[in-house]
Amino acid sequence: MKGSLIIVSFFVFGCLFGWFLNNYDVTLEFDATRYVLYLLMFQVGLSIGSDKNIMQILKNMRPKYLLVPLATIVGTLSFSALAAFFITQWTVFECLAIGSGFAYYSLSSILITELKTASLGIQLATELGTIALITNIIREIMTLLGAPLLVKYFGRLAPICAAGATSMDTALPIITRCSGKELAFIAIFHGVLIDLCVPLFVTFFCSL
Amino acid sequence: MFIIIGIMLSGIALGYLFRKKTILQKLGKPISYTICLLLFLLGISVGNNSVIMNNLLSLGSQALLLASAGTLGSVLAAWIVYRLFFKKEIK
Repeated sequence: MKGSLIIVSFFVFGCLFGWFLNNYDVTLEFDATRYVLYLLMFQVGLSIGSDKNIMQILKNMRPKYLLVPLATIVGTLSFSALAAFFITQWTVFECLAIGSGFAYYSLSSILITELKTASLGIQLATELGTIALITNIIREIMTLLGAPLLVKYFGRLAPICAAGATSMDTALPIITRCSGKELAFIAIFHGVLIDLCVPLFVTFFCSL
Repeated sequence: MFIIIGIMLSGIALGYLFRKKTILQKLGKPISYTICLLLFLLGISVGNNSVIMNNLLSLGSQALLLASAGTLGSVLAAWIVYRLFFKKEIK
């Protein structure tokens, strides 16, 4: 819990700092996030590769691991549809398109804005894209901060499913820490599959 | 996406080659530092985006509802799958 609070305080300081810069008309053109993410991925790779039990897990890869991404998709979409009943401004399918981001906020928000401009107009499409961005950022933050609690109440697969497409990159370190290194391969497998689903599902729900 | 996977795979390969080095068993701390830095940068990009900051309340409340619903739905499904298919295997 202490670790999560430290992480959230870094995020809040980041928000304040970015907002402060914006007030002085400093807009950031250079985004270092990607390169820090690369560093993180390399570290995660090192820790997985040097783990002594990994080869054992790889041998045990089985078809039932497909149930994990399936749980993510069914759970996310059914509850997004439920939430859509409380949001009068948008249709169920628009809410499902947002849910189909599966925490992949950069891609889903851009796709939704682009695909919805034709039917909704640029203003509403941008609003919908922004909601998609915030929704999926919140989902990622919830996963990163809540991972220990998710494991405690919903079992060790919960952070993987909550992480959606990010279970193979941004959320992978926290998943390996909270759920255990032996689930790293399920997390990566899950992340790759969900990652591929994001553009397909978003496009599908935007066309309805 | 392929770059990210490629970097991680090379990390795995190097980690496997040098798995006998004790320094590789102590990677937990540096990984936590990198996560903190990443969230700080994520915060900066959110705070620096005036479109998000100006409409934060109206858009944010809808986003919060959708994010909570999606997360809750997926962890409930994860719980069911875990209980039915994985609990015995992963200890």
